[in-house]
Amino acid sequence: MKEIVIISGKGGTGKTSITGCFAALAENAVLADCDVDAADLHMLLAPQVMETTDFISGHQAVIREDDCTACGICMEKCKFNAINLTEEGKCRVDPYSCEGCMVCVQVCPVNAIDFPDSLCGEWYFSHTRFGPMVHAKLGIGQENSGKLVSTVRREAAAKAKELEKDLVIVDGPPGIGCPVIASITGASLLVVVTEPTISGKHDMKRVLELAKHFSIPALVIVNKWDINPEMTQEIEKDTVAGGAHPVGRIPYDRSFTVAQINGRTLVEEKTGQAVENITTIWEKIWQTIK
Amino acid sequence: MKIAVPSPGRTLESSIDGRFGRAAGFIVYNTEDGSFTLADNGQNMNAGQGAGVQAAQNIAATGADVVIAPSFGPKAFQVLKAAGVKMVFSIVGTVKENIESFIAGKLKETDNANVEGHW
Amino acid sequence: MRIAVASGKGGTGKTTVAVALTLASQEPAVYADCDVEEPNGSIFLRPEVDRVEKVLVEVPEIDESKCNACGDCARFCQFNALVSFNTPPLVFSDLCHSCGGCELVCPTGAISWKKVPVGEISFGTSNGGRISVIQGKLDVGGSLAPPVIRQVKAQLTDDVFTVVDSPPGTSCPVIESLGEADYVLLVTEATPFGLHDLKLAVETVRELGTPFSVVINRFDEGDSGVEDYCASEKIHIMVRIPHRREMAEAYSRGGNLFDAIPEMLDVFRNIPVTIEKGVEV
Repeated sequence: MKEIVIISGKGGTGKTSITGCFAALAENAVLADCDVDAADLHMLLAPQVMETTDFISGHQAVIREDDCTACGICMEKCKFNAINLTEEGKCRVDPYSCEGCMVCVQVCPVNAIDFPDSLCGEWYFSHTRFGPMVHAKLGIGQENSGKLVSTVRREAAAKAKELEKDLVIVDGPPGIGCPVIASITGASLLVVVTEPTISGKHDMKRVLELAKHFSIPALVIVNKWDINPEMTQEIEKDTVAGGAHPVGRIPYDRSFTVAQINGRTLVEEKTGQAVENITTIWEKIWQTIK
Repeated sequence: MKIAVPSPGRTLESSIDGRFGRAAGFIVYNTEDGSFTLADNGQNMNAGQGAGVQAAQNIAATGADVVIAPSFGPKAFQVLKAAGVKMVFSIVGTVKENIESFIAGKLKETDNANVEGHW
Repeated sequence: MRIAVASGKGGTGKTTVAVALTLASQEPAVYADCDVEEPNGSIFLRPEVDRVEKVLVEVPEIDESKCNACGDCARFCQFNALVSFNTPPLVFSDLCHSCGGCELVCPTGAISWKKVPVGEISFGTSNGGRISVIQGKLDVGGSLAPPVIRQVKAQLTDDVFTVVDSPPGTSCPVIESLGEADYVLLVTEATPFGLHDLKLAVETVRELGTPFSVVINRFDEGDSGVEDYCASEKIHIMVRIPHRREMAEAYSRGGNLFDAIPEMLDVFRNIPVTIEKGVEV
């Protein structure tokens, strides 16, 4: 089983739209959306959710107001200023500020603080018109540590094995932090979608450093290349210098937006230069890993 | 001697997991009688950060003397070292093949963390 | 006045809007970059940096002569930052949240605190000194953005017009950067992805209770979903930025909004005035 992860560094480069096209072009693949903070792939693939599973991570302090004597020791000891006095003169934990350290539980003289598991989101197994899909939603204000990302990847790989699929296509998270690292380690191939802008170029270099660090082969697509052809050339030079390979360019095309509005991938929507390029790019990617 | 191997599967024919900290679980093989047990790593990992540290502690808790894995991050390395667990690099293949290769003295012991941990 | 600029989705033009809002100010202004994983406001504001400060956090230090190797600290730590096998604990400072719990449970008083860097804050000026640029940056490989964001926020005062560039998304660093803002501008684009992520961002800001409105970037490029949603939710649309290829080209070279669409300048000058007056919702 092979696993391709599509990442971008910078947001808004067209990563998810292009991933959607790959999902349409691939045969016999499981799809995984690891962009759990702002998951969008489902809008192109219209998954029908078959199973939903809670995602539990860490703990959260909860004060039982009936037992609280409002002595204020927890407020004093909390390093995150997460405990406030209510109008009724009781202590209450602000769930957005609580980091789940358990200090308040420890210091409370009347044991009035519970420390339940923290529900941080959920993940789903679904059917789409292009095959099975695993995706997730992180709760608002939660720490995106990479654990939910790892869960999605693990479950997608398990489904691939169970259903005898030979490929997993992963829509990775933006940035270069923990979630990205959790999405790429051990993958067969990285596909980096960038754009010819200063920040696109900068972020792509950082992403390639990560790829090199974890010894994962990487291919680079420059989307909207015609916005700045000189910058595109520079990016392709940087790609080679960074130990990766340019795999193609895609022109700026407003029909990506039209396809998105219609809830479809571009390759289902129309023909044209962008679609031709994406199709060629996909064939090259497939040749690289198969 | 007990040998721990990270794996997504539940039998000795299962493949080895490419990730150490985020492995679903560990297969712990006992060379005395050829039996093995499964140590869960997925559900116990209740902290978002520090997966490598937690996984290394989980291994130490199984009483394993050796762990075979493709890579060890710096934190896991330190923890396993402190716990006195020997770390050995795996080869591509099943859990069983790795254990057999280790017993035959064909696998290489680590003296350094070989990947940087980040998450 | 402090205005935080945020977006659910990356790449919608959040930094473009935050930079434009700062540049449009006719009074002295502060631009605070809280997108500490990828701070790139400086690409467009090009500040002259005159000072860099380290962001330090406190992590435990073990006095092994006092430690009795009981392991209580490691059992208490919720973040795996301490590990003990009946030995003095190993300390993994980059996992530490500085909560103080280990010191609290240590029976022998063997734990004290030392400071380690997790990022840095740079101070600079641009536009002839009219704009102060404060940028937070997380060290590569660092995982704790909130302390860096908190320290950027600690530099801010209420007496000067301040624009906070927040990280994208809805996770905990976003909440941290939006705290104490007087007003939030949510930047989105007129596409289904933009709408989907805007809804998450609206949910976040509503939880916080901060007044907010929406900026639609490339409003004429997509569909009416964002407009319809704002109308039904009674959310004010502060600005509609037209789609121009020149903007994409200017952006690619590090140019700002007004380089590409000069007529937006008056519109952006008006934003603080509109907020001050109170927006009809």
